[in-house]
Amino acid sequence: MIDKTTSLENALRTIRDGDTIMVGGFGVPGTPFALIDGLLELGVSNLTLIKNEANEDGMGLSKLIEANRAQKLITSHLGLNATVIGMMNRHEIEVAFYPQGILAEKIRAGGAGLLGILTDIGIDTILAKDKAVVTVDRQPAMVEPALRADVALIHAAVADRFGNLIYEKSARNFNPLMATAAAKVIVEAEKLVECGDLAPDQIHTPGAFTDHIVVLDTLTEEYGILAHHVL
Amino acid sequence: MSFKEKIAQRAAAEIGAGQIINLGIGIPTLIPKYLEDHKQVVVHSENGILGMGLPCKLGTEDRNLIDAGGTYVTAGRGAAFFDSALSFTLVRGGRLDIAFIGALEVSAAGDLANWIIPGQYSPGIGGGMELAQKARRLIVTSMHTTRNGDPKILKACTLPLTAKGCVNTIITELAVIDVQPAGLVLREIAAETEIDTVIARTDAALLIPDGNLTRY
Repeated sequence: MIDKTTSLENALRTIRDGDTIMVGGFGVPGTPFALIDGLLELGVSNLTLIKNEANEDGMGLSKLIEANRAQKLITSHLGLNATVIGMMNRHEIEVAFYPQGILAEKIRAGGAGLLGILTDIGIDTILAKDKAVVTVDRQPAMVEPALRADVALIHAAVADRFGNLIYEKSARNFNPLMATAAAKVIVEAEKLVECGDLAPDQIHTPGAFTDHIVVLDTLTEEYGILAHHVL
Repeated sequence: MSFKEKIAQRAAAEIGAGQIINLGIGIPTLIPKYLEDHKQVVVHSENGILGMGLPCKLGTEDRNLIDAGGTYVTAGRGAAFFDSALSFTLVRGGRLDIAFIGALEVSAAGDLANWIIPGQYSPGIGGGMELAQKARRLIVTSMHTTRNGDPKILKACTLPLTAKGCVNTIITELAVIDVQPAGLVLREIAAETEIDTVIARTDAALLIPDGNLTRY
């Protein structure tokens, strides 16, 4: 049976300067912190990063941006990260904002082999500036090109050796979409099981999309509860 | 009760039995404690939850279960989890009955500006545009004026828009105002205020119905 498990170093070793990298997660849940740390250690730069947000100051994706490894960030909201907003305002990083669900659809389209989507979200706003507009059913619609990446970094709760994946609760978010939309899909998994151990009906991402699986021996503090969000 | 709590309590009364709602950051997050159990309201969260329960009690937090603002929450009975594309399929596809949202400015025509003050505040769009444009009903919950006392309800917005003509109702600590084709209609006023105060603190014209207004 196919076995895609490998070491973190081996999974990341083909990533190059200038690559476009999708990173799963919405806040802490679903963010692949170990793969991000591995990327930081690899030392690659001039990256284009795609993630819903940039995590909070000093955590996850923010560490890569704070270390000046990214020239561009494609995202939805940075409200919980004043450091990256400051870097954006000082033009130390280019930031492209999209409505959250449109960002998701651009990635979904990229994964599905479509060239883009047509949408009216933001059509009466500054978001429509410089966008191609077509007419569909006598309504104006903006053309939003699909997004693909060189690499997707994914966090799963459970993987089998073939790369069938299950996500947990609100940690699913962008992970299954990004797992379809990159030339190479690298998954960190909290738990590894044998092929056949997962019920086929329960699988969120089928193994065809997974290239490498890195099994997490332990979860670092970053995966835990954030004290300042506890009521 | 603080003004913000009062706004949240009044906003909760707008929700019908069994409705699907989304709660934006700020005042809307105070609404759940005023939901009556028998109404069986279903809360959607942008990060992929339908049927979200109350925030976690201290010590019961689950690292994989937060709302879109990062607060640790619970899953209610009958809850479902899904990815970010499906989460906004629910919104854009017309399955969201009410979205409650904050505002920097609202215009007489129901235009909303709440996501950017160029040069000062630019955290990004998040889910706001889709919620504003596609929720079946959009209710703005906000203080009536800015911290400086300037009106937020204007003849026309000055900031970049979130969406045009999207607001149905505005609930503040002073008044409940509906956006109608004829203009802004005063529906209720707060117990401790007067119509003249509401008019003075609103830049846009208000249509005042005949007879006594309901107090809240």
